[in-house]
Amino acid sequence: MSRVYKYGDNVDTDVIIPARYLNNTAPEELAKHCMEDIDADFAGKVQPGDIIVGGANFGCGSSREHAPIAIRACGVRCVIAPSFARIFYRNSINIGFPILECPEAAKEINNGDDVDVNFDTGVITDNTTGKTFQANPLPPFIGRIVAKGGLLSYLKSKIEGEA
Amino acid sequence: MGMTMTQKILAAHAGLDSVQPGQLIEAKLDMVLGNDVTTPVAVNVFDAAGFTSIFDKDKICIALDHYTPCKDIKSAQLCKTARDFARRFHIKHFYDVGQVGIEHALLPEKGIVAPGELIIGADSHTCTYGALGAFSTGVGSTDMAAGMASGENWFRVPSAIKVELTGKLRPWVSGKDVILHLIGLIGVDGALYKSLEFTGPGVAELSMDDRFTIANMAIEAGGKNGIFPVDEKTVEYVTGRVDRPWTKFEADPDAEYERTVTINLDELESTVALPHLPSNTKLAREVAGMPIDQVVIGSCTNGRISDLRAAASILEGRKVAPGIRCIVIPATQQIYMQCIEEGLTQTFVEAGCAVSTPTCGPCLGGHMGCMCEGERAVTTTNRNFVGRMGHTKSEVVLASPAVAAASAVKGCIATPDEL
Repeated sequence: MSRVYKYGDNVDTDVIIPARYLNNTAPEELAKHCMEDIDADFAGKVQPGDIIVGGANFGCGSSREHAPIAIRACGVRCVIAPSFARIFYRNSINIGFPILECPEAAKEINNGDDVDVNFDTGVITDNTTGKTFQANPLPPFIGRIVAKGGLLSYLKSKIEGEA
Repeated sequence: MGMTMTQKILAAHAGLDSVQPGQLIEAKLDMVLGNDVTTPVAVNVFDAAGFTSIFDKDKICIALDHYTPCKDIKSAQLCKTARDFARRFHIKHFYDVGQVGIEHALLPEKGIVAPGELIIGADSHTCTYGALGAFSTGVGSTDMAAGMASGENWFRVPSAIKVELTGKLRPWVSGKDVILHLIGLIGVDGALYKSLEFTGPGVAELSMDDRFTIANMAIEAGGKNGIFPVDEKTVEYVTGRVDRPWTKFEADPDAEYERTVTINLDELESTVALPHLPSNTKLAREVAGMPIDQVVIGSCTNGRISDLRAAASILEGRKVAPGIRCIVIPATQQIYMQCIEEGLTQTFVEAGCAVSTPTCGPCLGGHMGCMCEGERAVTTTNRNFVGRMGHTKSEVVLASPAVAAASAVKGCIATPDEL
């Protein structure tokens, strides 16, 4: 099952991974401190496959890619929010980490709910309440980057395709 | 349909006659920037992807400014990773301890960025160069790696908010007060995915340093970029710094804006942002007397010479209040030298300030002024998030250099008029 950890609006990248840990680049080290300044126990309780549901402007602030790297390294399956700060949005796409824009789901899903996500269709199912939601689809160009596993893989295949 | 300045620059770099808001484009880059926090991650993904060359050694800039001079062994390793990469590819614009300044003060000062150019930087405050009439925006480390490898990247063409400036700032009121006021008006996601296009007769009244401060904090309103028209002050600034041809872009008269926000500069007063969001603004006089422990004057937002002159003019002949720690950080080596030549450094030290070599340091709670539980700072930096300058139960109040200096003297939040 995928347990939901729910947070409010404007979750910034300083609380997702505080700067005092940015002297590290190793994903497993960053994971130990993920969400530490907003939810001190998060790294200890999150299980692989769990989901973060955030409020508006999720991931605002610093451009640190360490933020989606840390979230992914915790085993979090995806982040659902009504809107994402644009650099966090880019960074997630670029590392091939799924994020879903869905205001209704972000509003209706409760902390602790068991939620399923179908990335092909964008359908989000809250097994606890029985409600389903439709996330905004990724634009085709961005979908191709995610499908390739991230920007660098996309770039490599583009360069090799042209050669 | 006409285009905004931002849309015109993006179209030109994508080889297109026109672009529409929401359109996804691939555009050529004039400069790719990274620092000691973000470059090592970019180097990791660059190498892991198997790239063995960069697109142009003259169009990459690496500035080791965040944790330098290195605060610990791990940050020294980060710098070594970035330094080795710069050496491996003979990167022209590489700045290490002794030459480095805070990146967003350094790049304009050195003429590394110019009007009309398209710049990405793996640092959210890369939007600063919009002050020069460039399109510049913050990205992540994978974007930096892709940019270094290919000289291109993808962009979603932003819609725009027009910020119409009228009037003229009163004494002690600065660019920082303008941008804090704007963020208070539209919120921390008020410009999400959009460009902030500053225009109107008030622009001519703003110094280049004020414009850098305003464009710098476009990201704090969620903006993709903030951009100013190119005028006589811009031309004067880049003359002698930029040694290559550059292009002046102007918005079309029929450019479309989602909304217009008008700010009369005459009416602005010293403004602060209380914890824990930059949009949590109050007039400084409304919170005068709030106790503080620390003052920081510096950063990519407010570490330029006019910021330090404003602070020094308040601190001259006065003392930092007992029990208050005041840290002053000139943003670049050139500004540091100017402070010495103009006597500002002596003023700061005589007043009881600690004066540091250029570093981002305390702004992100890195080093050089972290706070413990229960402490509060007035700072000229750009973010007041939970834990930004240290403990999660410490607090940051964002302010102009004038308010920060006055607060250092009074030992609590204060306006220059109170002294």
